[in-house]
Amino acid sequence: MSIILDIIVMGLIKGSIYALLAISFSLIFGVARIVNIAHTAFYMVAAYCIYTVTNYMGWSAVPAMFVAVILSVILGMVIYKVFLNPIREHEGAVLIATMAIAMVFQEVMTLFFSGSFLSVPNLIDGYFIIFGVKVFYQQLLTLCAAALVMVILMIFLFKTKLGLALRSTAQDREVANLMGINESKVAMITMGIAIGLAGFAGAIVVPLEILEPHMWATPLVMMMAVVVLGGLGSLKGSFVGAYIMGFTEAMVVFLSPQGAFLKISVALLIMIIVLLIRPEGLFGVYFEEER
Amino acid sequence: MKWLKSNVFVPVLAFVFVMFFWATAFAASDEIRIGVIGPMKFIQGKSQWNGAVMAAEEINAKGGVKVGSKMMKIKLIQADSNEFLSITDATNAMERLITRDKVHFVVGGFRTEAVFAMQDIACQNKVIFIGCGAASDELCNRVAKYYDQYKYFFRGTPFNSTALVKAAFSHVGSTAEVLRNELGITGPIKVAFVAEKAQWADAMVPAVQATLPKMGMELVGVWRPSPVATDVSAELSAIQRSGAQIIFTFFSSSVGIPFARQANELKIPAMQVGINVEAQKAEFWQATRGQGNYVITSSTYARNVECNELTKPFVEAYIKRFGEVPTYTTGTYESIKMSLVDTIEMIGTLDPDKIVATLENRVYKTPPSTIMYVKDNLGRHTHDLKFGPGYATGIASQWQDGEFVGVWPNKWKPAPGVEVTFKGVKPIKIPPWMIKAYKK
Repeated sequence: MSIILDIIVMGLIKGSIYALLAISFSLIFGVARIVNIAHTAFYMVAAYCIYTVTNYMGWSAVPAMFVAVILSVILGMVIYKVFLNPIREHEGAVLIATMAIAMVFQEVMTLFFSGSFLSVPNLIDGYFIIFGVKVFYQQLLTLCAAALVMVILMIFLFKTKLGLALRSTAQDREVANLMGINESKVAMITMGIAIGLAGFAGAIVVPLEILEPHMWATPLVMMMAVVVLGGLGSLKGSFVGAYIMGFTEAMVVFLSPQGAFLKISVALLIMIIVLLIRPEGLFGVYFEEER
Repeated sequence: MKWLKSNVFVPVLAFVFVMFFWATAFAASDEIRIGVIGPMKFIQGKSQWNGAVMAAEEINAKGGVKVGSKMMKIKLIQADSNEFLSITDATNAMERLITRDKVHFVVGGFRTEAVFAMQDIACQNKVIFIGCGAASDELCNRVAKYYDQYKYFFRGTPFNSTALVKAAFSHVGSTAEVLRNELGITGPIKVAFVAEKAQWADAMVPAVQATLPKMGMELVGVWRPSPVATDVSAELSAIQRSGAQIIFTFFSSSVGIPFARQANELKIPAMQVGINVEAQKAEFWQATRGQGNYVITSSTYARNVECNELTKPFVEAYIKRFGEVPTYTTGTYESIKMSLVDTIEMIGTLDPDKIVATLENRVYKTPPSTIMYVKDNLGRHTHDLKFGPGYATGIASQWQDGEFVGVWPNKWKPAPGVEVTFKGVKPIKIPPWMIKAYKK
């Protein structure tokens, strides 16, 4: 029984971490059809911003988080305008360009911070015990933040004019353009929102992890797996996919301690199995329909 | 392309070549070039470089190395092996040191897989290579098996994996004794074994299963997280449920940081003892934001702990020069100063074969230990370090409120009638939350 409780609690927490990252990735893909490989690199940039602001400027974690999110958004929008917008129509080029951007971020971080492992402070210190499982307040914050982000995004997308514009663009860019929606501007705003969410995820999640210049790579794999599992571009799919991955990881650790290192591999295997059964992912549209 | 055919081109090209080779030859007669190879963007490589710099500065300040009747200065050449990310980069760096920079000797290397490849290149070129990072036994087994080919390789630091394991079991034993004495635990001490999933740690699982019961301890579980795992809270939750009183760690990679940090943040009532390479670094305290407290790890240096009379002067000089306690990869210092330079001055030549023949038979003191190169059961030279009291033993250190304090050997009894205590070691501290949990 205790193992089941462990799996439920830890699965929810890991799932929330993946959900936070995957939702924003899914948003930018859904609206602008940009597969942003540099997405988790922005998450890394936010994390290093927090480290710099808290360590060198002596600020506390909460204002540092705001600085990090704002800087990430500005950086993301500049990069979109300068590098991505001109090549947006060429999906392959965008893919490679975002990969290059991620590598550049990685090398810049190595240059300034070396390859050392660093940590950032928790937004909330301490832990509580639920059903005998110790849970960090920071983990609880992640869980709440994932749910909150999902709710806010849903309200934004379904209850605001800008949200309507985003959804219209996601459904059919050309028609949206004909209806007077500035599609390029919408894409840029979406990029800003998505990067802001990646930065926010960085601020919330990174206190639970460690900072190093390659920290963007593993979350990228998991995040893409979540998004593909849930269905490309589907926010609901990303949310559900994230928790499937989270629970799978927790099950591997608790049911097979000696195979704990396999947790990511098993999660990816689940994704492959689901895709064999439903190639469009859990909540994705059929590729044929999309074409 | 007329200029290619002109009368000027060939003489200019020839002049450039002559100048290049003359410059190389001139340099060769003047200085001893030592390549320092390692992952220079990481602390392991930086420490290798720092150790080498300190050795070179000390030697050059005295006027250099006496080679026969001539004094030669040391010139260090840094090569970033990038070996954490690419073995190919590591081999290229070694090739470059030997073919372009024409080094006489190489010190460094860290990751076992990369060091094997570096060892091949150095030995093929008859360049003495002193390894200052990788622990694999196989590096020296090669020397024994294929002596003529691999005799140019020597182990500098750390001692081999087998000895590391022996030392780690001793550290676990000492910690168990402290727990029994201070917490009044009467039954077998419960041990959780947590080793990163890496080749060097695989052999540890059966070893732990076989050895712990003989030491009066109970193994309550084995966990194998990824070497680069960043969140181990699930593993820690399971470990806490197992009732472990000691967490026997075997980490050489980054997982050592989140593990230590999260275990302390969650106040898991168990002592972390074993090998945690990240915990050997001065940056560990900052990397864990002070949550690495009470972690015990095998190490080479701790401030104020003296293995012999050379330790303290070296550690203090290093701290003065670089502002931190040296780690084991600073073994480039003794590899250059005591292994290479002292041997060269003894025999008065840079001939690698003569140096090998002399060095492999020497017994000499270095800051962390007395070095003696052992032979295998068949009497073959291995160029591996002798482990045991009076020779290389290493120390165990514990993070105590921001200080990296030596805690072992402290009344260590490696054999009947033998007790070893290093000057400057302090008692092991038990985390207060563990005391609270067991002294209810």
